[in-house]
Amino acid sequence: MTQDKPSQQDAVTENSWQKLTAFTDARVGLGRSGVSTPTKHLLAFQLAHAQAIDAVHTQLDAQQLAQQMMAQDWAPNCAPLFLHSRATDRATYLQRPDFGRRLDQASAGSLDQHTQNSKAEYDLVIAVVDGLSSLAVEQNTMPFLAALFDYLSEENPLNQQAWSVAPICFVEQGRVAIGDDICERLNAKCVLVLIGERPGLSSPDSLGLYLTWGGKVGYTDAYRNCISNIRPAGLVYPEAARKAFYLLNEARTLKLSGVKLKDRSDDDLLEHETQTTENFLIS
Amino acid sequence: MNPNRNTPQFRHILGERTFTFADLADLMAKATPARSGDRLAGVAAETAEQRAVAQMTLSDVPLSLFLEQPLVPYEEDEITRLIIDEHDKAAFAPISHLTVGGFRDWLLSDLASPEMLKSIRAGVTPEMAAAVSKIMRNQDLILVAKKCHVRTGFRNTIGLPGHLSTRLQPNHPTDDLTGIAASMLDGLLYANGDAVIGINPATDNVQQATRLIKMMDEVIQHYEIPTQSCVLTHVTNTIECIEQGAPVDLVFQSIGGTQATNDSFGFNLATLAEAQDAALSLNRGTVGNNVMYFETGQGSALSANAHHGLDQQTCEVRAYAVARKFDPLLVNTVVGFIGPEYLYDGKEITRAGLEDHFCGKLLGLPMGCDVCYTNHAEADQNDMDNLLTLLGVAGCTFIMGIPGSDDIMLNYQTTSFHDALYARRALGLKPAPEFDAWLAKMEIFKNNEQFTLNSQLPSAFQPSLQRLIGGL
Repeated sequence: MTQDKPSQQDAVTENSWQKLTAFTDARVGLGRSGVSTPTKHLLAFQLAHAQAIDAVHTQLDAQQLAQQMMAQDWAPNCAPLFLHSRATDRATYLQRPDFGRRLDQASAGSLDQHTQNSKAEYDLVIAVVDGLSSLAVEQNTMPFLAALFDYLSEENPLNQQAWSVAPICFVEQGRVAIGDDICERLNAKCVLVLIGERPGLSSPDSLGLYLTWGGKVGYTDAYRNCISNIRPAGLVYPEAARKAFYLLNEARTLKLSGVKLKDRSDDDLLEHETQTTENFLIS
Repeated sequence: MNPNRNTPQFRHILGERTFTFADLADLMAKATPARSGDRLAGVAAETAEQRAVAQMTLSDVPLSLFLEQPLVPYEEDEITRLIIDEHDKAAFAPISHLTVGGFRDWLLSDLASPEMLKSIRAGVTPEMAAAVSKIMRNQDLILVAKKCHVRTGFRNTIGLPGHLSTRLQPNHPTDDLTGIAASMLDGLLYANGDAVIGINPATDNVQQATRLIKMMDEVIQHYEIPTQSCVLTHVTNTIECIEQGAPVDLVFQSIGGTQATNDSFGFNLATLAEAQDAALSLNRGTVGNNVMYFETGQGSALSANAHHGLDQQTCEVRAYAVARKFDPLLVNTVVGFIGPEYLYDGKEITRAGLEDHFCGKLLGLPMGCDVCYTNHAEADQNDMDNLLTLLGVAGCTFIMGIPGSDDIMLNYQTTSFHDALYARRALGLKPAPEFDAWLAKMEIFKNNEQFTLNSQLPSAFQPSLQRLIGGL
């Protein structure tokens, strides 16, 4: 390249405050081509968006996930159940949240059949639901369940009362409230829904957990407790499992969930929330 | 409401077929350009033909019928009462003889000058604005909105023709002050933040809001920035912040178009009046006294199961009656945030953004738009570029500005600091004049006319940055 032609470095103005990225995940200090986003950052954004879209639209391979689970030593003995919501495909799912909250006829029938045959009394049913990110479900469900079943194990001294756990339900095209349909049909005391959350650009793999005591069709969010952002870069598995176990025990004691069940699992950590407004812009 | 629900109120004969519409609400819903939220509510037109016929039928409806037949009962809903009780008959007089179709022609005509449009504002109800927007094309919505000039002020002047302001949105998932300050600095150095520096708090309580309000106030004072701050917390929290002596510039609230929606949001008109009084009592504005910041968005009423069988766009415009009662500095339609069950794709988001902007401006609101989408909507950056450009042409009051379009707290994509500069350069739109002067003084802009940024770090920001990252 000859000297009188502008180099790429001349076209892109780097920002001297780019090092602020050490203090935040926000896309600060990107620099600029003229006033526009430099090519490097434009393409990085496109990749992140592509991953988020794929997380929404990639179908959950429930069979494979179930097989993976059955190979674990913590896996419940009973065979898992495979269910589907009334939303026939992803386009319908995205536009009709009401369809995603209810089981389709075949799934409802198979659960009813199971209840009739087994005559079991379940304390807990766990529903693994694709939600808005199959990626989140595929990456986080197994390690989270491993940590949770550690707590639920009879060998755990913290576990004062055994938990009778229903077959794990794998649900496609489901929303959070489909757990209530499942809980009611299995006549279980409570339901834990593990579901792929709406993917963010920097977090396409975020798993959510919802607990409902005595879930019934028509229950609103006011009846649920939520643990959000379960993933390696967010709330890590042992922490998420500890919180889930706390909520399960509290729900069983109080026989309720939702706004009346407060998550005090961190009370002994007592955050000393500061009132300082100090920051580098004014220090 | 149609007094006799058993016989359809509207009929339209097309060839050998008769199309009927139960009442004004039904006709409005069926005439609405297609969108997923109206399908979800079960109020949308069943066929494209039925929609076109509904638009023809609606165009024959006299504007005065909207005063006689409220879409939500007067007795049940304080927003209907607000709309009817405060309707200005004198302002309405020049258009009182028009039908919805005639109103469109009038708005597009040279009779509707900016002065004339200003003079009829108080005579236009949300339902009239919604109705005419349903039979307008995108270019109509742009052209008429451009003629509606709405000027407001607090520490700078918002809404002058040929200007576009930006809300600097330095959200952080844990409200970490260093993280927030990093995004603020980035935004200011990219010439953003004249509409407001506004934070959506991750932890939503009075204590946290106060901390963030103080922090932003200190930065604004330290650098003498002619702008205002806002923490987007619940209105009752902000009232408490003011009572505790926090330096509140603007009061925020999300608002909807029915009383039941706002009940579900936990406030009513009296709450907003109390908050406005409290903020005014602080007397912190220097250029003007507009102290409210409202956010809206199509679909919120249905989401709260409080839509009274109306289409989502009509509900949305009714929220503007709430907004204009309290003389806001800024109103922001957060158009693509709610998700694909209300606005499915880029086309629906674009249409809704232009409708909201037009209806807001026609009613006299300082209307801005959060040009945005979520990752489960059928939309991408190109759709946002299109809507941003269209709104820039339409004279949109303000847009959001965020580092690299990525809101790491709310997990959605909105316009970036760079996007705002694109709109300035492509369309020649300047920031608020007081802020523009500050950008020159601080050497952030090297050339304000050509929107050229300084390639060096402006000297006023060097010491702070040195302290933080000097050792890295």
